[in-house]
Amino acid sequence: MGKKQAGTGPLSRRPDNSAFKQQRLPAWSPSLTAQTVLPTFYILSLVCLFLGIWLFITVENTYELKVDYTNAGTCERCFDLRKHVIASKTACTCTVSFQVPKLFQGDVFFYYGLRNFHQNLRRYMDSRDDAQMVGRKNNLKAPSSYCAPFDFDANKVPIAPCGAVANSVFNDSLTVVYNPADGSEIQVPLYRKGIAWYTDKNVKFRNPPTNDTFTLQQAFEGTTRPLYWQRPVYELDDTNSNNNGFINDDLIVWMREAAFPNFKKLYGVLNRAQGPFTEGLPPGNYTLSINYNFPVEPFRGRKELVISMVTWFGGQNYFLPIAYLVTSGLILVAAVVLTMVYVKVGKNGKNMEE
Amino acid sequence: TVFFCISFTSPHHLFHCPQSNCIMTSKYNIITFLAVNLFEQFQEVANTYFLFLLILQLIPQISSLSWFTTIVPLVLVLSITAVKDATDDYVSLWHTHIAYFNCQAPLHTEICLQKEKWMNVRVGDIIKLENNQFVAADLLLLSSSEPHGLCYIETAELDGETNMKVRQSLSVTSELGDPNNLAQFDGEVVCEPPNNKLDRFCGTLYWKDCKYPLSNQNMLLRGCVLRNTESCYGLVIFAGPDTKLMQNSGRTKFKRTSIDRLMNTLVLWIFGFLVCMGVILAIGNAVWEKEVGALFQSFLPWDPPVDNFLFSAFLSFWSYVIILNTVVPISLYVSVEVIRLGHSYFINWDRRMFCSRSNTAAEARTTTLNEELGQVEYIFSDKTGTLTQNIMTFNKCSINGHTYGEEQHMAALDFSAWNPLAARDFCFYDQSLLDAVMEGEPAVHEFFRVLSLCHTVMSEEKSEGELLYKAQSPDEGALVTAARNFGFVFRSRTPGTVTTQELGKAVTYTLLAILDFNNIRKRMSVIVRNPEGRIRLYCKGADTVLFERLHSCNHELMNVTSDHLNVSDGLRTLAVAYRDLSEEQWEEWSEHFRGADKATDCRDDRLAAAYEEIEQDMMLLGATAIEDKLQEGVPETIAILSLANIKIWVLTGDKQETAVNIGYSCKMLTDDMTEIFIVNGHTVQSVRGGAANCMPDESKCPPPQAPPPSLLESIKYFPLSLGQAHALEADMEREFLETACACRAVICCRVTPLQKALVVELVKRHKKAVTLAIGDGANDVSMIKTAHIGVGISGQEGIQAVLASDYSFSQFRFLQRLLLVHGRWSYLRMCRFLCYFFYKNFAFTMVHFWFGFFCGFSAQTVYDQYFITLYNIVYTSLPVLAMGIFDQDVPEQRSLEYPKLYEPGQLNLLFNKREFFICIAQGIYTSVVLFFIPYGVLSHATQSNGVPLADYQTFAVTTATALVIVVSVQIALDTGYWTAINHFFIWGSLGTYFTILFAMHSSILFNIFPKQFHFLGSAHNTLGQPVVWLTIALATVICIAPVLAFRFLKLDLKPQLSDTVSMSVTIVCLS
Repeated sequence: MGKKQAGTGPLSRRPDNSAFKQQRLPAWSPSLTAQTVLPTFYILSLVCLFLGIWLFITVENTYELKVDYTNAGTCERCFDLRKHVIASKTACTCTVSFQVPKLFQGDVFFYYGLRNFHQNLRRYMDSRDDAQMVGRKNNLKAPSSYCAPFDFDANKVPIAPCGAVANSVFNDSLTVVYNPADGSEIQVPLYRKGIAWYTDKNVKFRNPPTNDTFTLQQAFEGTTRPLYWQRPVYELDDTNSNNNGFINDDLIVWMREAAFPNFKKLYGVLNRAQGPFTEGLPPGNYTLSINYNFPVEPFRGRKELVISMVTWFGGQNYFLPIAYLVTSGLILVAAVVLTMVYVKVGKNGKNMEE
Repeated sequence: TVFFCISFTSPHHLFHCPQSNCIMTSKYNIITFLAVNLFEQFQEVANTYFLFLLILQLIPQISSLSWFTTIVPLVLVLSITAVKDATDDYVSLWHTHIAYFNCQAPLHTEICLQKEKWMNVRVGDIIKLENNQFVAADLLLLSSSEPHGLCYIETAELDGETNMKVRQSLSVTSELGDPNNLAQFDGEVVCEPPNNKLDRFCGTLYWKDCKYPLSNQNMLLRGCVLRNTESCYGLVIFAGPDTKLMQNSGRTKFKRTSIDRLMNTLVLWIFGFLVCMGVILAIGNAVWEKEVGALFQSFLPWDPPVDNFLFSAFLSFWSYVIILNTVVPISLYVSVEVIRLGHSYFINWDRRMFCSRSNTAAEARTTTLNEELGQVEYIFSDKTGTLTQNIMTFNKCSINGHTYGEEQHMAALDFSAWNPLAARDFCFYDQSLLDAVMEGEPAVHEFFRVLSLCHTVMSEEKSEGELLYKAQSPDEGALVTAARNFGFVFRSRTPGTVTTQELGKAVTYTLLAILDFNNIRKRMSVIVRNPEGRIRLYCKGADTVLFERLHSCNHELMNVTSDHLNVSDGLRTLAVAYRDLSEEQWEEWSEHFRGADKATDCRDDRLAAAYEEIEQDMMLLGATAIEDKLQEGVPETIAILSLANIKIWVLTGDKQETAVNIGYSCKMLTDDMTEIFIVNGHTVQSVRGGAANCMPDESKCPPPQAPPPSLLESIKYFPLSLGQAHALEADMEREFLETACACRAVICCRVTPLQKALVVELVKRHKKAVTLAIGDGANDVSMIKTAHIGVGISGQEGIQAVLASDYSFSQFRFLQRLLLVHGRWSYLRMCRFLCYFFYKNFAFTMVHFWFGFFCGFSAQTVYDQYFITLYNIVYTSLPVLAMGIFDQDVPEQRSLEYPKLYEPGQLNLLFNKREFFICIAQGIYTSVVLFFIPYGVLSHATQSNGVPLADYQTFAVTTATALVIVVSVQIALDTGYWTAINHFFIWGSLGTYFTILFAMHSSILFNIFPKQFHFLGSAHNTLGQPVVWLTIALATVICIAPVLAFRFLKLDLKPQLSDTVSMSVTIVCLS
């Protein structure tokens, strides 16, 4: 070990006198003194307090409304109907009334929420083929083996999109009707587009190549729709032909798996262009009418509609401000205790045994 | 007994398949390297474990992680180790080339003399060697160009002794000078099997129906260099790996540090923990699959082989073993090796451990023991050459009851005036001795005659009157030089004669026999016939040994001389005697001697008995005293080490008085140690009595109040108490240890090399303390190998101790720097490293455990698979390595000023099971925070454009980022010494994390491999959200604030000495 210089002379093997080799590199040695630690604690506490209060005020002015429609209103019937997967082909619609107590000012977002639905199971999350969904011709008809058993149907026809995730897509359609005091019915206009990540919509999900003569339907020829779907993938949206295939917004939203079993996903954004909705969602009575397709009874789940306002900080979220306030309080307590210990019994870093 | 039989009637009909001389000191060649190295690496349990994990990951039903999450770190670790092995091997291969391919030697086969490479030499070949050539196999000397079949060799490579030695061929073979005659030679050698004893060879040559005994005197060993001899012929006895040099190489024992052992235990515990976690999660999976998963089957049916929840739980167990395996990080062992290597280089590079006089830097010969240098409790030191310089000066003598040399402050005598052959650097101050020589006092003359004749020194006379002595031991050189200056000049020797110049007159003595020195005999004698034909035996040796063998009429003189010896102030003393032999006595004895010499079995014992027989009834002449000066800085070093609570035991072969005196002069014994116990006894009973005497005293005066007694053990009883396994002796062991450990200083005298090792072994076994042995000579090798850490002093006595040692340097005083600076730092750094390493892996891994409760125990990971792959090897490896290599808590001069700073290492305070559990607890706490804070926030949060943040990828990125930031803040808090490198690594790691994150989530990679890089856009979408950053900040504060508070409290309430010292340093810097 150790390189020996070839030279001769009495000091030829003397190690170099470099700061590195002699472990004398200039260095900064911080130490935890009262002068640094105590102010840090007080400042941290103050910062947390400030953030907590600010966030709390912001959240206080953000409203959120949840309407559980699993078996509410007239949905009891549909709920029973969907108990059996076999009956999934029969259409069922129902309505639920609800009240908006306060004006939801500004942009209002409509979500569907699911409880107890595990999108985060390992095999579930693996059961998809991103190469297929990016529109690669080769992968379209040769779905990944991870998609099994949702890769081929009984006749060995490849499924597009394959996999458990796509197969279980949320397929209720929701319509909200505003019932003003005058007895009229105004359908709440929703933007159903632009509800997915930009990268998802434009990069991650692509249709197989089409042109004027080669339609989307032709592109998907030789594949079949997923088992639980009522329509093939190229006919998902009747109203907007650009929202069909893999780039369907609802599909993309669903394909972004939730991390926890209780989650909500964006359904639409209030179109404030006209009528009573220019300010936001006015208070009053509303009716939610549902095209009830998605079965939740088998896994003891719940479905809900979530209506929420959004600020710079996002939707209503009490956890963060409260967490900040609690942290601030705890740090303050710690700071006070530390100060007292330091003043009363502290040895100021001096070892008394010496 | 197994005998090796080498027959060379014809080179082609050998008795044994001949051993080739080709030695591959390198383990690999280019072709086999990969296979052999991989095979060796997979013999490590850890590597095999990871291979097993890799195989698990290839089973699709189990695979919860991609195969590359294990293979990338595994390949990295394997390749770093392989590169290290390859470089080590390359170095030795390079040496091999030097040794074998650069020298071509003439090889003699059949009749023709031909040149052949050394590696082609085989057992049974006859080789011609020329002057200054390197002997590359163990040869039997057949004949030589010099008279009497003599040849001279230098054995520096073999045993480090630089003096020349003589080898002589058998007289029957030395007559075969001619190559043609040699070719006719057909004998058979029967000898002992290959062994590592450099100074012994036993064999017999059968030739022409006669038996000739062979000894070491006839052998040229591999590693020697031929000197002063034109050429010689030798027969290859051992070649290649059988040679004594190769048999001696290679470490006999692999040493491990206590941290190593602790680490292995902890890793086993972690395995246990891993299995427990796996079982808990598997049970969870069983329950979940039964209660929920079964209902969820329409959306996600079970995999084909799974038919019930129990089987699913079984698979889930293995899946979780894969996911949670990162608690046992693959990079741990490799990182520890890297850190130790760094510390070793710092030792090699230390200028303050460089000795300019001998041009030697300190060397860490083992790279695996550094942190144990910070935990040493017992130092076992040799005396001669370790505490002292081993440069001997003839200081005093007592001749015929009269002492000379007491006066030291007079002017040095000038010898050159009357003695042209006097050595110039010899100093003596007592004129009366010179006068006695001049006056022709017979005892004085005889005294110096003994000194000039009884030795094994070789002389070299470059030009007339310019003598150069080459002595095996410095004492001998000093004595011969003294005789030289007092007019009895040793000039030259041949195997049969010694020529001296006595007061200007050349005299040649016939050398009849040399009764050589060894550690058991402790004396040497020569039998010479002077020109007048009188036969005399001259003997010099340890006084105790010699006094027993004196003629009874010497009683009075013996008492006087022994009084003189007792006031010898730590000098090394030898008694000198002679015996007149009649012709008949000599004839009778030499018959015995030849018989013993020729014996093939127990030859050494028989020779010793023969020597004993003649060395009787001797007449005492006097005694010599040689001073061995203390090395520079020894008392200071011992004082500092004692302050550091390190107990120093001196184990020496010297006699008691010398040892005590050295003990005083190096401040091991001080005047305030009023009670010095000398336990001395020949029998077990008397020793026990001696030991018992001092025990009650100690109980009377507990150590803190009164100065603890110091103990001096003369352990003549040791062969009894340690060598045998009787209950009584085992009792003695404990008593000895208890007595010795209660004392402040322990000096054991008259210890043989084996006993040194036994003492070390005893302390090692019973005290559970880290021991360090330091020595310089071959007699310290066993102790150096036995102790936890062996330190070799490269000094006067060759390099055997250095070769056996783990660390080597040339001055005893460097020991304080090695222990208090390097050792202390190494220990500190290793402990901090390990604490942090376990912490960061638990923080990282346990998040999966908590997530298990939310994802149906399906073994879904929290993080992206690339993050899992790179976390340990890229994102968090370098900052902690930098801390492990560069960290310092107090400046180096402080650790020498405050030796008490060494104590935490001895008490094992910085990393033990308790500290480990604290780290683990901190890691688990961190993982709880890192999971539940993002969970609490993100499960409800949305982006500012309304899109929910509760998707899996956002959660993964948020948690991973928070984790990297928290562990970076933690390492920043742990790092006590921020060099530019630390800054670079810490900030660089953070930078690398974000760079790689954005690269992995970029559309470029996704477009190429959509399945592998499906996290497209997550980094961008997540890290652009203020709520995510608020979450990360909150998690960081919650993770770090308690640590900060606890550390401050500890510092405030229970400051360690190191805290105080570093605090005072800061204050000094400020003021």
